[in-house]
Amino acid sequence: MKYLEEFSDPDLAKKLIDQIHAATTRKWALMEVCGGQTHSIIRHGIDQLLPDSVEMIHGPGCPVCVTPLETIDRALAIAARPGVVFCSFGDMLRVPGSSQDLFSVKSAGGDVRVVYSPLDALKIARENPDREVVFFGIGFETTAPANAMTVYQAQRFGVRNFSLLVSHVLVPPAIAAIMESSTCRVQAFLAAGHVCSVMGTAEYPPLARKYKVPIVVTGFEPLDILEGVRRTVVQLEAGRHEVENAYPRAVREEGNVPAMEMLADVFEVTDRTWRGIGAIPRSGWRLSEKYRAFDAEQRFDVTDIHTAESSLCRSGEVLQGLIKPHLCEAFGKECTPRNPLGATMVSSEGACAAYYTHRRLELVDAK
Amino acid sequence: MQDATAVVNDVPDLDFEGWACPVPLRDVPSVVMGHGGGGAMSGELIEHLFLPAYGAAAAADLGDSAVLTVGSGTRLAFSTDSFVVKPMFFPGGSIGDLAVNGTVNDLAMSGATPLFLSTAFILAEGTALSDLGRIAQAVGRAAEDAGVRLVTGDTKVVEHGSGDGVYLNTSGIGVIPPGVDIHARRALPGDAVLVSGDIGVHGVAVMSCREGLEFGTTVESDTAALHGLVAAMLATGTDLHVLRDPTRGGVSASLNEIARASDVGIELVERLLPVPPAVRDACSLLGLDPLQVANEGKLIAIVPAEDADRVLAAMRAHPLGRSACRIGSCVPDHTGMVVAKTGLGGSRVIGLPIGEQLPRIC
Repeated sequence: MKYLEEFSDPDLAKKLIDQIHAATTRKWALMEVCGGQTHSIIRHGIDQLLPDSVEMIHGPGCPVCVTPLETIDRALAIAARPGVVFCSFGDMLRVPGSSQDLFSVKSAGGDVRVVYSPLDALKIARENPDREVVFFGIGFETTAPANAMTVYQAQRFGVRNFSLLVSHVLVPPAIAAIMESSTCRVQAFLAAGHVCSVMGTAEYPPLARKYKVPIVVTGFEPLDILEGVRRTVVQLEAGRHEVENAYPRAVREEGNVPAMEMLADVFEVTDRTWRGIGAIPRSGWRLSEKYRAFDAEQRFDVTDIHTAESSLCRSGEVLQGLIKPHLCEAFGKECTPRNPLGATMVSSEGACAAYYTHRRLELVDAK
Repeated sequence: MQDATAVVNDVPDLDFEGWACPVPLRDVPSVVMGHGGGGAMSGELIEHLFLPAYGAAAAADLGDSAVLTVGSGTRLAFSTDSFVVKPMFFPGGSIGDLAVNGTVNDLAMSGATPLFLSTAFILAEGTALSDLGRIAQAVGRAAEDAGVRLVTGDTKVVEHGSGDGVYLNTSGIGVIPPGVDIHARRALPGDAVLVSGDIGVHGVAVMSCREGLEFGTTVESDTAALHGLVAAMLATGTDLHVLRDPTRGGVSASLNEIARASDVGIELVERLLPVPPAVRDACSLLGLDPLQVANEGKLIAIVPAEDADRVLAAMRAHPLGRSACRIGSCVPDHTGMVVAKTGLGGSRVIGLPIGEQLPRIC
């Protein structure tokens, strides 16, 4: 695939790594916001190649990880109903609710289907007018436009048996929440490139100014991440805190205007609870008044399902960079990708799962 | 639309002390798809359910292929496999090809010459006879190509809704030549790890035509019977330590199994892995690891390092091993684990896939 392999070139990577080493004179703590970036960092062993004084903290940008237990329990309740076809992206199937997961609902006879686009769910709805088809619409600003488009089309074509279980969350309020925390150690952010390709970069200068942190919009391939780190370190060393776009091949300052218009039509800002973090005001989207009829929570009357998160695992501290995943007592023992205690162990993009899958070697060495 | 200034001003000081995570989901009470995925869940089912239930009647490991000594020391290889692939027809083959080649390959991986196969069909009511005919023809052709005889069989029909098209079980018997001792327990530190060609091809070919995921690709399944290639490797006179056909769970599952059985570490060099561009791109799009994607006509060989070049030359001279190459070594460190050196010079552990391969959300 053109423009992919080129961004893994080992020689260019070596040059960037050398430049980062040369530029670094003291300790810095950087947070990569997006789970896709965490996955890439661990997958390619990028953090092993950075100076010891540059620490990567793995941020809360994995949509599977931050979807609250309550929402998953609501999804399970809907999926178990007769006559419902429950459609989801694949990796949500293994996320545990308080007593089961979507795989279990499926094995008990529920019609749970993996789709690769919400528009596929709409197609299923049109082909099965006697069934209620629900799509599990989770994720950040990245997955939202396709979900918005699906609801828009459902209304336009009068597909009344389709609905969306919405749990969208937004990156900028999460960055603000992390910086407002009294225990915050983060000194700079690699912003999520694909979020910015939708939303543009205008939301970030106020954050950079208020919290005096460099924010560098960064892509996902090894060279993208190294360039993001390099620019961030250069800013930190120079005492600057600006917004830079290190992913210009995908991100324009103004974002994807038609997508943003559709988002503004279909969704409205709402308070959201983040799994492992808690409630953050104005940190998510729900369907706007105009499209409320497609809200699965209302249609299936599951808003009474409330689930409290237990306090057994330490993913909150992991997400905040206070501990590395393997320092949690449950890591690799009670808590594995096979039996995840917390959501950061569930998705392959979650920090704990990435450590478990790709990092057990050095953990063995360290013990 | 989100207003950035509002965000900055609205945020209260959150108490991160209270950050919490959910309680664990304990073992599932019923069968889920992952139990058939060939990964950790399948292994747990054998270890914790089948072996205890079978009790004294069970052989030690219930591996892919059993070696049985009969009469005056003749060693038979015996294997069985069920095929439930969906869709039944895919680019480069069908469930019929897979059912023959899969069992032939299980036998070949113990060094056996496959001789006899059974076929047992479980058909869903309503399945088109034309589809069944195409599958039966594929079975016949594949058996003829592989030089095995179809000697016994069975057919059952289940009610509409109880099955899905055609399920096919094949069992096979082969004879292991004297002096051949190939087993997952025989890998030694220093051994070379070889692969017979491009990896991930079959899995991507099947995924490319799965409902809802149709994507344009020229990838065709690599399904093939590998006993001819194995015979060519044995003809070099090399003491082949381990052979595996990395089907479900891919190269990753096979190598993890070998590392554990032999108590060695396995070190792969990522840039040496033969991943064709179409497989790499499809995996990158779906968030999958080519090392975990299924193959149907490839084998992994663990051989003494000093014999590696000789075996590779023999593999490359065979039509099914033209792009055979060395991808790593067995090492005394990190026993039971597979570790890859990444293209950039870092390293990562290659884990055993858990259940089903799940495309990532983004």
